[in-house]
Amino acid sequence: MPSLSEFLIVGALLFGMGIAGIIMNRKNIIVLLMSIELILLSVNTNFIAFSYFLSNYTGQIFVFFVLTVAASEAAIGLAILVVLYRKRETIEVEELDALKG
Amino acid sequence: MENPLILIALIMTLLPLAGSLIAGLLGPKLGRTLTHYIVVSLVGIAFLLSCYLFKVMVIDKHMSVDESFYTWATAGMMRFDVAFLLDRLSATMVMIVLFISFMVHIYTIGYMADDPGYTRFFSYVSMFTFAMLVLVLADNFLLLFFGWEGVGLVSYLLIGFWFKRETAVFGSLKAFIVNRIGDIGFLLATAAVLMHFGTLTYHDVFTQAPNFINKMMTIVPNVEAPVITVICLLLFIGAMGKSAQVPLHVWLPESMEGPTPISALIHAATMVTAGIYMVARMSPLFEFSTLTLTVILIIGGTTAFFMGVLAVTQYDLKRVIAYSTISQLGYMAVALGVSAYDAAIFHLITHAFFKALLFLAAGSVIIALHHEQDMRKMGGLAQYMPITYITFTIGALALCAIPPFSGFYSKDIIIDAVRLSTIPGAGYAYACVLAGAFITPLYTFRALFMTFHTHERTDPSLRGHIFESPWVVLIPLIALAIPSIVAGEMLLGPMLFYYPKMLGDSIFVLPDHNVINQLATEYHGSKLMALEAGKTLAFWLAMGGIFTAWLFTAGFPQWSTYLKKRFSLLYSVLVRKYGFDDFNQIVLVHGAQKTGHLFYDVSDVKMIDGVCVNGSGRFIRWFAQAARLLQTGYIYHYALAMVLGILIFLIWWEFYV
Amino acid sequence: MLTTVHMIFYIFATIAICSALAVITLRNPVHNVLSLVLTFFSMAVIWMLLRAEFLSLILLLVYVGAVMTLFLFVVMMLNITKESQSSGFVRYFPVSIIIVLLLIGLTIAALGPDYFGLKTMPAPLPEPADYSNTRHLGELLYTNYAYPFEIAGVLLLAAIVAAITLTHRAPKRRKVQNPSEQIAVRPSDRVRLIKMSPEPKQKRI
Repeated sequence: MPSLSEFLIVGALLFGMGIAGIIMNRKNIIVLLMSIELILLSVNTNFIAFSYFLSNYTGQIFVFFVLTVAASEAAIGLAILVVLYRKRETIEVEELDALKG
Repeated sequence: MENPLILIALIMTLLPLAGSLIAGLLGPKLGRTLTHYIVVSLVGIAFLLSCYLFKVMVIDKHMSVDESFYTWATAGMMRFDVAFLLDRLSATMVMIVLFISFMVHIYTIGYMADDPGYTRFFSYVSMFTFAMLVLVLADNFLLLFFGWEGVGLVSYLLIGFWFKRETAVFGSLKAFIVNRIGDIGFLLATAAVLMHFGTLTYHDVFTQAPNFINKMMTIVPNVEAPVITVICLLLFIGAMGKSAQVPLHVWLPESMEGPTPISALIHAATMVTAGIYMVARMSPLFEFSTLTLTVILIIGGTTAFFMGVLAVTQYDLKRVIAYSTISQLGYMAVALGVSAYDAAIFHLITHAFFKALLFLAAGSVIIALHHEQDMRKMGGLAQYMPITYITFTIGALALCAIPPFSGFYSKDIIIDAVRLSTIPGAGYAYACVLAGAFITPLYTFRALFMTFHTHERTDPSLRGHIFESPWVVLIPLIALAIPSIVAGEMLLGPMLFYYPKMLGDSIFVLPDHNVINQLATEYHGSKLMALEAGKTLAFWLAMGGIFTAWLFTAGFPQWSTYLKKRFSLLYSVLVRKYGFDDFNQIVLVHGAQKTGHLFYDVSDVKMIDGVCVNGSGRFIRWFAQAARLLQTGYIYHYALAMVLGILIFLIWWEFYV
Repeated sequence: MLTTVHMIFYIFATIAICSALAVITLRNPVHNVLSLVLTFFSMAVIWMLLRAEFLSLILLLVYVGAVMTLFLFVVMMLNITKESQSSGFVRYFPVSIIIVLLLIGLTIAALGPDYFGLKTMPAPLPEPADYSNTRHLGELLYTNYAYPFEIAGVLLLAAIVAAITLTHRAPKRRKVQNPSEQIAVRPSDRVRLIKMSPEPKQKRI
């Protein structure tokens, strides 16, 4: 069985790529939402790894709820995206600067 | 009020105040004649009361009376009283003040006859008398300061009496401001007295004075000075302001803008002598500070000589007499400096008489010429105004210390006292007073010759209309001329050489400073002193001065124009009064204006308005604009910021926790 | 010791990481979504290795099956054909790379085998054969965590309502003509005469 640290390292790498996706994309918002999903995935992996190695099933319950929330958050995010597209006719991140100070 | 004498003194002080209030508030309603009758008679009654007090205190040698009749204020342990000290010195001064004041009041009836502010003038003059009396009779520093400020205030009101004239306004402001500078010294001295002695009453301070001989006080950190020296120096600064010693003398010539009666009263006889009187009164303090006596000597000597020299170049008759007053005040200061306080007061008394006489006679000339004051437009008036001429000459002879007139006794005693004194600085002062003995007759007789002799230079329209002044003007002149002749001889012995001295315990002199006692050994009576005048250097210097004055005015006037051309540099220095006025104007006045501008433009506008008030607004705006750049509106920038925060937190956690 | 489990783990971990990289770098949004699907698949396998059977299958069913499908729907619907490549890669690329590398590096440094290796955290014993992960989870869920479970349901309801409200377009009111009605109109349907008094007289002020 691989050690706990290996699982955690995989999770960390996924997390890093999710962060990179958030801060480095300029193409469209969908990639942003998908990067958020990546981050959530890595967190879930963390939980499950710890839950296995500590023989505590609370971790898995937590993952259950995280999945729920992630799903609803993805749905609402996409709904917002759709409305935004209707208004702005674009989903390019660079053009969405109406909050510019 | 236990002692009836104090009651008399109080009534005597309040009578002029009553006259002043009546004249000031009811004057226009009562009309001129009634007003001047009331005021003059009130002052006359006060004068009679003062004669009575003089008789009781000085001639009958009554004990000095010190009583308080009103507690002005209490502050913690301090009590500030309105209290009068009636002793020989104050009784003498009070009589002199009231005599001169009475004479001036009578004179004013004639002099200000055609002036619209007639009643106002009487009100001011009586108010001055009141303030001066309070000053003289006060028994503590605070009440003295009340009188001190009061005379300064009324002097300002009177110099600027013709307030529609610009020069009069400037003159009055200058007098008041320069006086104020002296007053700062006086106030600081009062504060120092209160701080160290714990009391302001003369009696308590003087009895404690010997305990303070070696005590030191810190003026600024790391600088210590003896307590008594500091107090006395500050007191003398106050005296310098009032008694017009160099460099605070600049106000006195300008004060000639006021009417002549007040020049006689205030700037010859009473207010300017307040400083001298104050130092004499504080003799128990001054005796313990030789440094202050030296300072007084040097300043007094400088004043006596250098101001006399200035009088030689003036063309305004009143200015000549004004500079003469400053010079004579220098003589009195010199007398104070050699611890000959009695001699100083003696000269004060004789000077009051003949200087007031000179001023009033000059006033008589001026109104006869319809307010012409320039001596170059006078001349040959002796035939038209005989009584004025005679009284002026008597005053001039007294001033020049010609025996047997009064000025001879008082001035020569001072010169002898300075010669014998061992206080440092006496040598310089001796040179100054001797030189002054030559200069004084020079300018006095120059003025006399130019005014009354030499050919007539008066305005052609006036010639033939020059008459002697009315009797209201002449009576004070005669009344002042008499003491100018006899007062010296009468008072010399009792004041200085008899034992106990006329001023008795009011004056305190340390034995090794006591030059008067040294002189007493050489004194053999006033008549002998007058006859032996021919042996003194001062007498021949005076004769030389008179002769030189005759040479340059009546004898060969063209020599004076020649001298002016040859010594033009010296002449211009003298005309500019040694640059004191220029210095004051450029350094102090412009300096104050520039400093004010500096404070306004730089500190107020630039710093407070610009940096603090507007600057904080600008800073906030700049900061907001800078902070606004953080809000780009791009989500990924915000996400980057968040990630940066996480990173920093991680690093901190990793390495420092 | 390189067992089968290790091999499986390494293969699928590599696939997961590579496809995650593909999610954020590929240009075509459909490709991005599909890479994400691949990532989820790989992670589901890894979860299975960690004996989280229920959850790994739920991941596939719910996440990939529902959420990723939703993503694909939206991508297709928005019809993003043109990709703006004008700005190329981000301006902050170097800085971002450094930051991300720092982040990952620090995290991995902290997760070293000192604390989390097999010596400190040994692998637990395998469960008996009739162990059912689902049953265990169900027992926990309906007893200890019943309240959060209910709340999760309400949360989902809220999400539904929100999503619908956001995207709901009011129905278009179409305008239809009815010719027979138009002909049968009378003047009194169009004009109405009323009587009104003129303005009242102004009072003199």
